[in-house]
Amino acid sequence: MDKPTVTPDAWAHLAAATPARIALGRAGDSLPAAEVLRFALAHAQARDAVHTPFDAIGLVEQLAALDLAPVAVHSAAPDRATYLNRPDLGRLLDPAGRQALAALPTTSPDLAIIIADGLSATAVHRQALPLLTAFLPWVRQEGRRLAPVVVASQARVALGDAVGQALGARAVAVLIGERPGLSAPDSLGVYLTLNPAPGRLDAERNCLSNIRDGGLSHDLAAFKLAWLLRQALRRQVTGVALKDESDRLLVDGSSPMLLAD
Amino acid sequence: MIGPAVNPCEGDVGLVGRAPYRIALGARTWTFADLKDLMAKATPPRSGDRLAGIAAQSAEENVAAKMCLADLPLKTFLTEALVPYEEDEVTRLILDRHDAAAFAPVSHLTVGGFRDYLLSDQATTDALAALAPGLTPEMAAAVSKIMRNQDLILAARKCTVVTRFRNTIGLPGTLAVRLQPNHPADDPAGVAASILDGLLYGCGDAVIGLNPVSDSLSVLADLARLIDGVIQRFAIPTQACILTHVTTSIELMNRGVPLDLVFQSVAGTQAANQGFGVSLALLREGMEAAQALKRGTVGDHVMYFETGQGSALSAGAHHGVDQQTLEARAYAVAREFRPLLVNTVVGFIGPEYLYDGKQIIRAGLEDHFCGKLLGLPLGCDVCYTNHAEADQDDMDTLLTLLATAGVSYVMGVPGADDVMLNYQSTSFHDALYVRRLLGLKRAPEFEAWLAALGITGADGRPLPQPPSQPLLRGWR
Repeated sequence: MDKPTVTPDAWAHLAAATPARIALGRAGDSLPAAEVLRFALAHAQARDAVHTPFDAIGLVEQLAALDLAPVAVHSAAPDRATYLNRPDLGRLLDPAGRQALAALPTTSPDLAIIIADGLSATAVHRQALPLLTAFLPWVRQEGRRLAPVVVASQARVALGDAVGQALGARAVAVLIGERPGLSAPDSLGVYLTLNPAPGRLDAERNCLSNIRDGGLSHDLAAFKLAWLLRQALRRQVTGVALKDESDRLLVDGSSPMLLAD
Repeated sequence: MIGPAVNPCEGDVGLVGRAPYRIALGARTWTFADLKDLMAKATPPRSGDRLAGIAAQSAEENVAAKMCLADLPLKTFLTEALVPYEEDEVTRLILDRHDAAAFAPVSHLTVGGFRDYLLSDQATTDALAALAPGLTPEMAAAVSKIMRNQDLILAARKCTVVTRFRNTIGLPGTLAVRLQPNHPADDPAGVAASILDGLLYGCGDAVIGLNPVSDSLSVLADLARLIDGVIQRFAIPTQACILTHVTTSIELMNRGVPLDLVFQSVAGTQAANQGFGVSLALLREGMEAAQALKRGTVGDHVMYFETGQGSALSAGAHHGVDQQTLEARAYAVAREFRPLLVNTVVGFIGPEYLYDGKQIIRAGLEDHFCGKLLGLPLGCDVCYTNHAEADQDDMDTLLTLLATAGVSYVMGVPGADDVMLNYQSTSFHDALYVRRLLGLKRAPEFEAWLAALGITGADGRPLPQPPSQPLLRGWR
């Protein structure tokens, strides 16, 4: 009766190549008990990440320290439960948010940056500032005019259309927490949209996803965003008509050095 | 027991042939403004239809609408379009392509009569195959709304749809698996490791299909060459796909990159497809480009489509039509291009469209039934996201039900955890479970390849692998 009941996989050495759950072995044809429970724990943690409150106030303070003139707004979804069931409300500003943006001076900026909680405030807490810090040198190098950075709670991607329009921006970049996965509850996405206005289609946006440790790095994401913005403004298009070919400029898989300021 | 007095559902035929539809149940008369209102009110409860503001307001209204719908002549759908013909190329496709001769055997039936026909011995596998071109997606959706889960399973199981590229998918008694080797940074070694894991667990006959993070042409070209290289080197009777936008696939083919299948997400209205950046003309261009490469060995089905309830509403392009009917209309789009593979990604879109495990399970069975009835090789990404009220137990239930219904293929994701798309699907182990439970085989060419390499034994179950296994030696 001491025969082993779990058959290990002979390719366990390949597991280091990917965060995917490979070489798990099997009990008969089924998952071993330890993996079933490891998966259940990860699912529980991801479920909890969806409901972690967004620290918008803390983020505004950090952005203010970077002289980014942050403005906090809230979508028309008052709470998490409403947000999850009513994506339409997550795309609209609440009245206070509309007023806050209308009160700003009009400067016709090149780019409005929105930092939105989306489905993972955890992702925003961990990735938004490092990404922004990596991106700002590109903004300076290329002489882009930025709108005040907007911090949006209970927000969907398309909230950026309303915000970008209110700010009169030529393009909007929405930095948003992606739906949490089991291995990655803290993955950030960026959506770039030219001429933002309510009613823009998803096919009119370019997306950078999986920005996190172990995914797309902050430096590379910043480089790609700068490349996409440059192309978008030059060719007057975002979305499926604008393919990301920034890799042609990479040196040994890394973004080229910024020119000296 | 005396039931309520049920009158046949009556539509007032006005000057423009429009309703309202009415049904009296006891003292109460229920009224439905038009056909799409009747369909929306009759559909099983769904958060997306509530979000759209078109769902039944009470449980009784839901059943009243089902009863009214059951009395509706099936041919009504040929004269009353839910999405205007003039505005929508999907409606035009559906009505212009309708085969009246194929429809003739059921043209006299009501929706309720059609449900009984589907479950009767008259509806044989051959009869249903011949009927498919005569059915519109709205007819399939309507009858599904008055069918219970067991009806959806039994009727779908009668439908056989066989497609071919480098192997044969959809034969009775088989279940194929898409090997989905996604990696959060498109790392070639990471993708390759997941492919190896899947192959050694006996998965990958439907397709080795990668969702890339990047839409960079050079990255995608390298990934396409990687997967094609594995298939060629080990002479695997399967096909590869990079799940990127159709325009990107066309561009890759123009640059001489080896692509087997062209992928695209599609939806059930022209406006929703515009949201995806596609049109029927563009899909045709993609299909013709892939067919011209002549890379298939046993067939020329080159298209791979994904769909999912809620995509049209998500794009603000639903025309007030319920999400399940629009999903069936997406199958009319797919049908036009003779796909090798079509699958609903049933729980991917989130709880605002399918709230919990119960809604996801029901939707998966509806989608599979409607797709098969319309003549498509329907598979299912049995899945959920972490903001939905669902878990792996719900996936076990839906996988088991769909396998009994004869689903063409399911997903194989390492450990069921997609580390790139951040959702949970079915695993290589899940596929082994359901094969063993129900005795399901793989595509025969792939099954033979696995056995020849000693990956599986005579019973189709995986064998412990020695270091001399050619795949393992090749991967070092």
